[in-house]
Amino acid sequence: MERKSFLFSFFLHACALLLAVIILAPVLWLFVMSISPAADLTAKPLVWWPQSVDFSRYATLLSSVENSAGAAFVASLTNSILVAGMATIAALALAIPAAWAVSRAPSVGWSLYMVIATYMLPPVALAVPLYFGLAHLGLLNSVFGLALVYLTILAPFTTWLMKSGFDAIPREIEAAAMMDGAGLFATLRIITLPLAAPVMATSALFAFLLAWDEFFYALLFTSDLRAKTLTVAIADLAGGRVSDYGLIATAGVLAALPPVVIGLVMQRALISGLTSGGVKG
Amino acid sequence: MSGTSMTTRAWLLMLPLLAVMIAVIGWPLADTVGLSFTDAKLVGTAGNFVGIDNYVKTLTSSSFQRTLTTTTIFAVISVFAEMILGVLAALLLNQQFYGRTVLRALMILPWALPTVVNATLWRLIYNPEYGALNAALTQIGMLDAYRSWLGEPGTALASLIIADCWKNFPLVALIALAALQAVPRDITAASLVDGAGPFARFRFVILPYLAGPLIVALVLRTIEAFKVFDIIWVMTRGGPANSTRTLSILVYQEAFSFQRAGSGASLALIVTLLVAVLAAVYAMLVRRTAGSTA
Repeated sequence: MERKSFLFSFFLHACALLLAVIILAPVLWLFVMSISPAADLTAKPLVWWPQSVDFSRYATLLSSVENSAGAAFVASLTNSILVAGMATIAALALAIPAAWAVSRAPSVGWSLYMVIATYMLPPVALAVPLYFGLAHLGLLNSVFGLALVYLTILAPFTTWLMKSGFDAIPREIEAAAMMDGAGLFATLRIITLPLAAPVMATSALFAFLLAWDEFFYALLFTSDLRAKTLTVAIADLAGGRVSDYGLIATAGVLAALPPVVIGLVMQRALISGLTSGGVKG
Repeated sequence: MSGTSMTTRAWLLMLPLLAVMIAVIGWPLADTVGLSFTDAKLVGTAGNFVGIDNYVKTLTSSSFQRTLTTTTIFAVISVFAEMILGVLAALLLNQQFYGRTVLRALMILPWALPTVVNATLWRLIYNPEYGALNAALTQIGMLDAYRSWLGEPGTALASLIIADCWKNFPLVALIALAALQAVPRDITAASLVDGAGPFARFRFVILPYLAGPLIVALVLRTIEAFKVFDIIWVMTRGGPANSTRTLSILVYQEAFSFQRAGSGASLALIVTLLVAVLAAVYAMLVRRTAGSTA
């Protein structure tokens, strides 16, 4: 091993501290804004840490009193969960059979590569026809319509991840089961899918996070509380005439909480998914 | 099981995915191509066939050219900075120091923050009257008077790039770190015995392991940066004076704000083509690197 001088070690720790500050400072400030009294946030010089912490905005946003800021927030939170949940389930239902088929019969793989190539498409290239199409079906401003549109993003991505997951499961295990008399679907159900469960979980989490994060289609295709998602609600708050910056920050903290918790808990799985999907794909 | 029946079965299993993809991607894309040759409006008339008028008008318009420049500047600078910062952070995180595990875990934070929340957060930080950046710079004496970071054409784009880099360099760092951890220890040890200095070691021992994953990250990040919409829409909406207007914002304005669906479609397809060319160039790069390291 390399011998490390005291100076080098000091340098390393200084760099690490700098990196930690760069990463943490903006996130911490978002949280501090959410618990600071409104007057502190508009004071000059700025008050960096509140004299008395104030969690009341969380209660305000999560209350469901009719026609309040809370009711709007809770509605958009519900819409986000519904849209992301439905789109994730549908994407996995489409992706799992397709990914397995490509993994086991590479001759059909070119069709998957066409699907994956759609990742390059800017959403603006599909937006106008999708708008007309949803309007025609009466699915504008609907959580179902938005979830359907989200398949354009989620389905190619999950198929890609699932395929590299199935590639890692040896065919011989499936062949052995079939030799013992199990049919194709029994083999998939008893052998393959349980082995692929970790990849399925990772794919589902990625898909959920992608849908949770989506803004462009939601901005275009939703217009009120019936379908508006969190990202649109927050952009409305940020762009509107809200005088309390703390309330905007609180909405941001709440919207960030699910993906941040998922990210911290599932870090290992997420990174291995990113690198395996990215490198082998 | 014979080969043909396996192939047939594979197609059957692919069918639902392909059908849905044709319905939600294939058909709309074809429709966009059709629309791009008409003067259709978003509401009302179906529009008349106008040939390549929309394309000619778009490509020769000064707003398109200016927007293309802005997008290129945004994409090149932010992706370049993210790559450099990402690799530096990964090299650091691969060393031994106190709190390394915690710092590695924290790197996921900016990535996990939703893009819109990130944009909102930085919009608050850059706030001209009460923002944290103005307050911090004034309190340490680096700034005399509060500035409108997002409100002045000279600083708006740079401010956006910083916000975008903060969110995205940790992902590059995590990908690079995973690649670094795959470098066998005995190889680095051998290079030390051979007397390689730190830079030679990075160039000849470590970089070959990083190249593959980094190029993939580079491709994905460049494509995303070229398509950027969310962060700009939330922070500046393309302003001030269109100084931060990128291609996706321009398409949005054309097709949805001005309701010119036809010319918006032509513009969207030009953007798609540009991204496809970028991706093709990168695909060649990837093949060449894969060939040289294999």
